[in-house]
Amino acid sequence: MKTWMKLALGIWMTGVVFFGFAMPIGDIPGLGPKARIIFFHVPMSWLAVLAFFMSMWYGIAYLRKKDITYDIKSATAAELGFVFSILATVTGSIWARFNWGSFWNWDPRETSIFVLLLIYGAYFSLRTALEIEERRASLSAVYSIVAFVTVPFFVFIMPRIMFSLHPGGGGSAAPIVNSNGKMYLDMNMRFVFYASLIGFSFLYIWLFQMRTKIGLLAYNNQAEN
Amino acid sequence: MGLADYLHTMRGAAAVFAKDLYSELRTRYALNALIMFVVVTLSIILFSTAGETVSPSLSAGILWIIIFFAAMSGLSRSFVSEEERGTSMTLQLWVKPSSVLLGKLAFNALLLYILNTLIIIAYTVTMPSFTVKTLSIFLLTIFLGSFGLASASTFIAAIISKANSKGTLYPVLSFPILLPLLISVIDATRLSVDGASLFDAFGDLKIMVSYAAVVTAVSIVLFDFVWRD
Repeated sequence: MKTWMKLALGIWMTGVVFFGFAMPIGDIPGLGPKARIIFFHVPMSWLAVLAFFMSMWYGIAYLRKKDITYDIKSATAAELGFVFSILATVTGSIWARFNWGSFWNWDPRETSIFVLLLIYGAYFSLRTALEIEERRASLSAVYSIVAFVTVPFFVFIMPRIMFSLHPGGGGSAAPIVNSNGKMYLDMNMRFVFYASLIGFSFLYIWLFQMRTKIGLLAYNNQAEN
Repeated sequence: MGLADYLHTMRGAAAVFAKDLYSELRTRYALNALIMFVVVTLSIILFSTAGETVSPSLSAGILWIIIFFAAMSGLSRSFVSEEERGTSMTLQLWVKPSSVLLGKLAFNALLLYILNTLIIIAYTVTMPSFTVKTLSIFLLTIFLGSFGLASASTFIAAIISKANSKGTLYPVLSFPILLPLLISVIDATRLSVDGASLFDAFGDLKIMVSYAAVVTAVSIVLFDFVWRD
């Protein structure tokens, strides 16, 4: 990423944070100003799932081409996904405290992000327990594929069919995203939401490139010594 | 894959299964240790619930806790023992990877069926609140759930057999993968204890079938990468 892009990203994200709090969003039944979490929490969750997918994608690429670069990219994507999952969990939990009355109550959405965190945790434990590089690369790739095959059930299907209080789940009032998958955002909210989604995606790309570079340098350094 | 290949794979799988079965019958290592594990776990649960009335739905959950941890302590042996005894190379020379996986899966599934039968008998005798009202749901849940459990844990066992700290890693890696299955089997067992009709458990049973199918298919596809390295 070029320097001007990083600067632009900084300004863009500042704008997102500012308008996330300052933009008038109108009155949303049942949520009110708490609906503003959509500007931050949803992009974070989106990236957590995307990073999980990217980790598997690079895992498959490694298995096909046996190039260690893909393994570094896969691990990097998993690291970022882990960070974004934690952020999404924490923001969601704080929001739940004020909207539902408790930090954690095993809503299907909470269960699904919890499983995602467990998978990331297991993935990193597996990586640290494997010393030989090629073996670590191929086995962690295999694990992320198996996890990706079994888990979508959790992240995508279960929250939508089970009774959930999460906006967008079956049984909730669905003021913003309803079960038909249609979004009811007014123009202001829509504008900030998409701006935030773009901002977070570029943030992910920047972090990903930086971490990959560090990973590659560390790997080459290790190979030389 | 032609019919000849298919038969070849199956014959290899049968040979691996027979080998594991003979070695287990000779030593009875896995089954003996697992039975003692179940006795210990069950006693802890009985001590801690002594004098308490355990609700039927809670007892359904406890049953699967015993089954899950029994599986976690016993099923990793299938691959770990090959690594420990240094016999995995020999297996690689003699049979195709998919034969190894299918043979081990068959052995683990058999082991888990025997073990679960014993667990259920012991549990029903000692836990008064656990009475199955809809036998059809319960039997289907045990049948499908155990197979799904055996399938996922056999594959994870193959992964961890190559790693350090195998014993700790096994439940850590298996749990997130098994969670979709565990939630539906616990729910179906609760329905069977509550006396729901078979139709009510249909959703859970569908999840169990698809879970077992998906995990078995994926592990056959990916096993080459785990086995040959």
